[in-house]
Order: sequence, then C-alpha cells, then structure tokens
Amino acid sequence: MTLSTTSTPVNYGAVPDETGRFGPYGGKYVPETLMPALEELEEAYLNARIDQEFMAELAHLQHTYVGRPTPLTYARRLSEELGGAQIYLKREDLAHSGAHKINNALGQALLMKRKMGKTRIVAETGAGQHGVATATAAALLGIECIVYMGTVDMERQKPNVFRMQLLGTEVRAVDSGSQTLKDAINEAIRDWVTNVETTHYLLGSALGPHPYPAMVRDFQSVIGIEAHSQMQDPAEGGPGRLPDAIVACVGGGSNAIGIFHPFLEEESVRLIGVEAGGHGIEDGAHAARFADPERGRLGVLQGTKSFVLQDSDGQIALTHSISAGLDYASVGPEHAWLRDVGRSEYTYCTDTQTLKGFSALCELEGIIPALESAHAIGYVLELAPQMAKDQVILVNLSGRGDKDLGTVMQTIGGDR
Amino acid sequence: MRGVERIEQVFRELKTTGAAAFMPYHAMGYPTRQKSLEIVAALAGAGADIIEFGIPHSDPLADGPMIQTATYSALVGGTTVADCLQMARELRDQGVNTPFCAMSYYNPILAFGEERFANAAASSGIDGLIVPDLPPGESELLEPACRAAGLATVYMLAPTSTEDRIKSVARHATGFIYLVSVTGITGARDELPPGLPAFVERVRRHTDLPLAVGFGISTGPQAESVSEIVEGVIVGSALVKAAGSDAGADAVRTLAKELAAGSHKKMDE
Repeated sequence: MTLSTTSTPVNYGAVPDETGRFGPYGGKYVPETLMPALEELEEAYLNARIDQEFMAELAHLQHTYVGRPTPLTYARRLSEELGGAQIYLKREDLAHSGAHKINNALGQALLMKRKMGKTRIVAETGAGQHGVATATAAALLGIECIVYMGTVDMERQKPNVFRMQLLGTEVRAVDSGSQTLKDAINEAIRDWVTNVETTHYLLGSALGPHPYPAMVRDFQSVIGIEAHSQMQDPAEGGPGRLPDAIVACVGGGSNAIGIFHPFLEEESVRLIGVEAGGHGIEDGAHAARFADPERGRLGVLQGTKSFVLQDSDGQIALTHSISAGLDYASVGPEHAWLRDVGRSEYTYCTDTQTLKGFSALCELEGIIPALESAHAIGYVLELAPQMAKDQVILVNLSGRGDKDLGTVMQTIGGDR
Repeated sequence: MRGVERIEQVFRELKTTGAAAFMPYHAMGYPTRQKSLEIVAALAGAGADIIEFGIPHSDPLADGPMIQTATYSALVGGTTVADCLQMARELRDQGVNTPFCAMSYYNPILAFGEERFANAAASSGIDGLIVPDLPPGESELLEPACRAAGLATVYMLAPTSTEDRIKSVARHATGFIYLVSVTGITGARDELPPGLPAFVERVRRHTDLPLAVGFGISTGPQAESVSEIVEGVIVGSALVKAAGSDAGADAVRTLAKELAAGSHKKMDE
C-alpha cells in the first residue's frame, strides 16, 4: 500500500485524537480502577509539555547525564562490504545505560517527580534494557522502583538483572504464562491496579493505553530530531542530506517511532520497521505481527488495540525471538496506523539473519549491537546491496549488546 | 423474557425481602469441562441468584493468582468461547434457570465478533455481560450489540472512580453496577475495606441501579456485612479455589451455602 495514490494529505500531527485513537488503533482498554490514573497522567503530561522549566530540566539531564546528543556514525566498512547504499548509524547504544530506553524512562520518572503526587515506580522489562533504564532514572531521582521480569527473560538477560539490583531496584520474577515480556506487563499492571494511589507505571514502549503511546513517542522523538539535523550537517558526521531510508527494529516500537516521527513529513524518506522473524513465519515461532497473515490480526492486548498475534479464539499467541526485547505479541498502535496510511512499511528478520547482522557490525565496525538492533542491521545486509552507492540508509542502533553475550555465545560460540 | 429483564427481576424480587443477591463466579472449563458444569449446577442449587459465567482469556490482567491459574488451566484443557456458550445451553437444557452473566475480556469477544457474540450468547441462555477491560468509552460496538440481543451491559466502578466516571457508568450500565471493593485484583482478603460504605454512597448519588460488590469476599460473615449496604454480593476466587480442591463440587456447595446464607440473612429475619 502506498500513499501516492491518495489525494488527501495525511495529518500526522492529528493523532492520537482526544480519545487516544490512531485511526482504528489505540484507545484505553483497562480496568476501571486505572481510568482515573490514566486521566491524571495525561493531564500531567500535557501540562509538562508546555512547561518550559520542566522541558529545560529534562533537556539538561539528557545532555549532562544521558550524554545526548548521541553521535551519528558513518559505517564505512559495512557500506563498502555490502557495495550499495551508504549506511549511517544513530548511536543510541552510546546513551547512558546502553540503549534508547533511558530517553523515555528519564522523561516519565521526571514527570512523576515534578508533576504527580506519587512516590513509587513499577515497570516491566523484556531484554532488561527498559528495566535498567528505569532503575537508573529511579536512582538518579531518588524514587522507589520495582521491575517485573519473566523468569525466562531473567535467565537469558542475567547481567541486566544484576545491573538493576545494583542500582537499588527490586526485580520481581514473573512465573505466569510464557514467563516473558507479556507476562511481566500483566504483573506490572496488577501491581499498578493495587497500588495506584502511590504508584506510577513506567511503561517502556509505545504501547499500552492512552496516553502512553503518544507520550513515549514524544520522549523518544529526541532520537529523530537529532538525527534529522545531524544527517544534514557534515560537521556532525552526516552525509549532508536526508536519508533515502530509515531502518529500525520494532518490538513495541518505541525506538522506531522515535526516529520515524520527526521524518514523517519528509515523504522522500522510506521508513522501514523490522520485526522479529524468529525461526521464520511458516514455523510459527516468531514475533512478526504484520507478517503473519493467519495469526496477526486486529486485537486488544494490555490496554491498546493494534495488530496482535493470536489464535482464532482471541487467545494471545506465544511468541519467539532470539531477542527478549522484541518477543511480544502486539505492536504500538501508531505503527499499525502509519502502515495503514502507507507512510511506513514493515518487514522481518529471522534469528539467523539477525546473527549475521550482529557479527557484521562487530567485525566491520567494532560495535557490538543489542540483538534487538541487530535485526535492523540484519535487514540492511539485504537492503543496502539493492540500493545505489549514492543512496543513504540511516539505521537506529537502539542499544548495545553486552547483555546479549551469553545468548550469542550459546548460539554461535561453537563456531569461534 | 430478555436477559436484562431476568436480571432485573432477581433484584426486584429480593428487594421486597431486604436480602442481597448471592452472585458466585466460576471459570468455565475448570477443573474440567464436566466438573465445571457440575459446579455451576451446585452453585445454582446452593442458592445463587445470578451466576457469573467466566469465559477464560490468556491474559486476565484484572485477576489474581487463583483465577489466573484456573482460567489458564481451562485454556490448556481446550476451553473455547464457543464451547462456553455451548455449556450455558447444556445447563439450560438441564433445567438450571439462574440468570448467567458472562464475564470475559475484550479480545476473545472481538475475535468472535461483537454482534455475533452478543447474539450467540443470548440464544445460549446468557443474560448479561461483564468485560473488565472494556470501560464505557470503548464499548461503542459491543454495547449496542448487547442491547439489541437483550443482554444486560454491566460495567465496573472502583474506589478510584471520579464523579464523572460514575456518571458515565451510570448512563451506560443496565442490570446492575459492579463495584470493585478495593483498588486491586481479584482474590480473597481477610478484611473488607473500611471505605466501602462511603464508596457505595458516592455511587448511589448518581444511580438507582442495583449495586453489587465484588473482589475480596470469601466468607459468610463478609457476605452478610456487604449485604447490609448493597444489593449483590459477588464471590469468585474463594469458590474457584474450592472447585479445584479434592472435594470439588461438594466443597463448592458447602461454601456457597454459607455465602448464600450470609447474603440472604435479611430474608430469614
């Protein structure tokens, strides 16, 4: 589907509407107990957005604590090796705590501290990157923090569990269901329902009930705003022009929406999201919501309406990905909408192709990427050779790979 | 008679006695299909006035550990939405006449088709519907479908609900309003929250609908004290726990009788 056939221009600034909808997606599908908390959060957020003092404090922390702006790196050897488009990396892996997750965690934690009368944060984590970012922000701002994490994920992301504990956060193991991200979110929501008077739920992706998808997008848009200016400025390492394509991995989709959003009006820039292809679509063990015509359908999971992997009876499907951060059955509602209106496109990268991307970036650029981000690189290995040498791809390198060394050693260790 | 009228009739008849309705929940398909049918029949026989007919979902985010375990086990056992409706039909054929209020989450209903679900539920003997993750603002398709099929559209209110939310629920709800006794998830608790009477009073100012209180009620004395301030007493986790015990339907019957006696205390006086 492309936009070129439609005559009416799409107003990207008009979503979500006041009910939290992105076209047919989004909304607030939560127990009544939480509705007032969502209203309070929305009010606090709308207020903070226009509060210059708040925005200045956030910008100051992003600069002096997170290390923003993160650099733009030209991937010379990778580009030469692939022989096609020139590849640039937006280095979110260099943000403090190792991933783009800190942008949102710090934004929400500061929002809670300055604008809401709450004292405690709960969060979920899959790969552990959001958990570490939240634990980091909580330590910085002196807030009690509990992170829920599936026991399967705790096993495959052990270093991040210890990191959170070192930062003073309590990590609670979640044994229910598939023991991964989805179940951690259920437990975080249950805690939030129970302690809503004192507790803010610091949701880590552009998911969940309104206003989370819009708020998380806005906190993450700093990635795209910086990249937009860096790409056009050779002094900042850019090629002096906008990219022809932007590639980002999509689990819930926060790093992708963060880099896509400031480019929505730039119609010449293709926006490509890469989902987790796992063992392949036919195999069924994957997390590619848009790519599976049988099980990826309109549904509601954990507060928002979007594309959801489910069985014919509306029960949520078990997903698989080599990366815990993409191992989730639903996708941010704005991605579903952008896909519908033809602005962004989605593909997937299997575990095997992801590991090729992982190795390529290690060996050719000296950068160990997170397995999530390696999905974007894995797809670029296919995309770049199809493009001309004077074309440009911008990849959101959303996180660093230290946390994944155990998984990678288990998978390809024998070959070394 | 339409489903919503059958539910209204229960409250109308109890009102003359001053007793509250005893409204137990069961997770269909737990511990097995056959046993869940026996348990619902036992609940009806033990004095249930309305039965909450639980249709399992894989991600029950308003439920505590007991109901999570039961509904997960039901799903593993192969329970589907269609089969839950078939079980309702079988219970009606056996002569179980207690009104059924189906309770599920939104996604299984969305997947089934909202209008199709409302019609199939009504023709299977379901009288009303409760969907914890579907507040009034999000039910613009399901609510009219339920109205057309004659089902009561039951919504929940919580101690955190604002005056505006209470008014909104009061406008949309039919049959009764489900008051969540505490901020939290389902599951037995030792004590009833002290703020409950004030919460009930706040809701009364905006509606004449019967009010039923659920979450945390597990004993006869608790049921009795709740029956003194509202028209319905909802019990889930404690009965589901009994259903999963070795004594099964017998344990459910014993506890249900105690809870019914508590709820109906005024009737006996």
